Amino acid sequence: MQDFGAAFGEAFALLLGFDPALMEIIGLSLRVSLTAVFISALIGLPLGAVLGVSRFRGRALVLVLLNTLMGLPPVVVGLLVYLTLSNAGPLGPLALLYTPTAMIIAQSILVTPIVAALARQTIEDMHAEYDEQLRILGVGRGGMVATLLWDARYSLLTAMLAGFGRAIAEVGAVLIVGGNIHHVTRVMTTAIALETSKGNLALALGLGVVLLLLAVVINAAVMGLRATAARWAHA
Amino acid sequence: MTCIRHLLLPALAAALVAAAGPASAAEKFITVQSTTSTQNSGLFDYLLPKFSAKTGIEVRVVAVGTGQAIKNARNGDGDVLLVHAKAAEEKFVAEGFGVKRFDLMYNDFVIVGPAADPAKVGGMTDAMAALKKIAAARAPFASRGDDSGTHKKEISLWKTTGIDVAAASGTWYRETGSGMGATLNTGVGMGAYVLTDRATWIAFKNKADFRIQVEGDKKLFNQYGIILVNRERHKNVKAEWGQAFVDWMLGPDGQAAIASYKVDGQQLFFPNARPGS
Repeated sequence: MQDFGAAFGEAFALLLGFDPALMEIIGLSLRVSLTAVFISALIGLPLGAVLGVSRFRGRALVLVLLNTLMGLPPVVVGLLVYLTLSNAGPLGPLALLYTPTAMIIAQSILVTPIVAALARQTIEDMHAEYDEQLRILGVGRGGMVATLLWDARYSLLTAMLAGFGRAIAEVGAVLIVGGNIHHVTRVMTTAIALETSKGNLALALGLGVVLLLLAVVINAAVMGLRATAARWAHA
Repeated sequence: MTCIRHLLLPALAAALVAAAGPASAAEKFITVQSTTSTQNSGLFDYLLPKFSAKTGIEVRVVAVGTGQAIKNARNGDGDVLLVHAKAAEEKFVAEGFGVKRFDLMYNDFVIVGPAADPAKVGGMTDAMAALKKIAAARAPFASRGDDSGTHKKEISLWKTTGIDVAAASGTWYRETGSGMGATLNTGVGMGAYVLTDRATWIAFKNKADFRIQVEGDKKLFNQYGIILVNRERHKNVKAEWGQAFVDWMLGPDGQAAIASYKVDGQQLFFPNARPGS
């Protein structure tokens, strides 16, 4: 398979050439997926933390549902968001279909359960450890959630990275609600799918290499941030 | 908890507004629901800048199979429909979703297959006889199986042979349920014959040892049509700009542009709009 060798050549040619079309696609991929992760964190972290410290009837069922939602098929989410945002759908008048906003909404739906479910587990484990101490200090439920979220911040970063991995890699949802429109809604994964369908296998694989490098940079940046913060905390 | 709740909604709204960015701002653009062959062959990349330069209207193309394109247009998720399945297009207009259908351009379908040609159909010009030979040899045949224009054409060709391909599905007859390019990739991978439009085939880069085996039958004619989506059905349709696009495509500039688009020296689409129709 000469395509493997050619793919790396394509990837480096694309990156070193700072191909403007590629930069635009990378930029949109990052904008959509990072925003989706940010929104998912805003919803998922508090939701997961509250679930982690509360006990109520039917909790087990809620947890099973939440954990199941981590496996939401992107195509199904894309279809649901399409039907909602379509001009024939309930939110048609907002004219959001085939825009980056529609893609962010779809990815947020995919990522929120992942962040929430992983945060729930982390907070629940910490809660078991610190519950007594926090009670003695007279910390209420809200304060407890906030304290645990803050103390678990590094573990929760990993939950968010898991969510980011899901968002940046999925193609099924963004293809349906974004439409893979050139200069408007084309992202890395939909570009890879398009080049594959044109039979440009080396270019498609090259784009895949670029996407992986992008994920490496994001993960390394988060890791570096974490290490720096930890050093400051101990200094 | 309350502080989180107070912060949450404004933060969410801010994130969405910030991320919406320039794309959601009011711009002069139309959305065209179209088929993969026009996109994958590079035709739109060639044509649309010419139209945009002249009119200032940006054209956003959603390229899916003809079946899905028509469905999306029925939902009002496009201003213009440009596909290749005449019967389905006429139904679309008759049901009031389209204003009027115009012939735009044509090319033809071909049957491609591996150089080894297990069914010995190379050089045939009778599509029906070739399909019969492929079926008799039980040579693998990869079908789109996705209700696209090409799939509809393929099914109608099989119908004339009297062969029940649905019964053979999963054996030598394989339905990929995906687009033209994906089906060609699959066909090349499994050494299967594939019915494809000529434009996608010429522009396709993963041909391996595949070549055109059957061509030149009048039944393999591939007509593309263009339709403005009916504003009476969907108020959001940008009728004025959509009409400008339809007029340009059917007019001398658009037709000349279509004829001048070539890949490897070969013309992919042949304009055939009837002036004044």
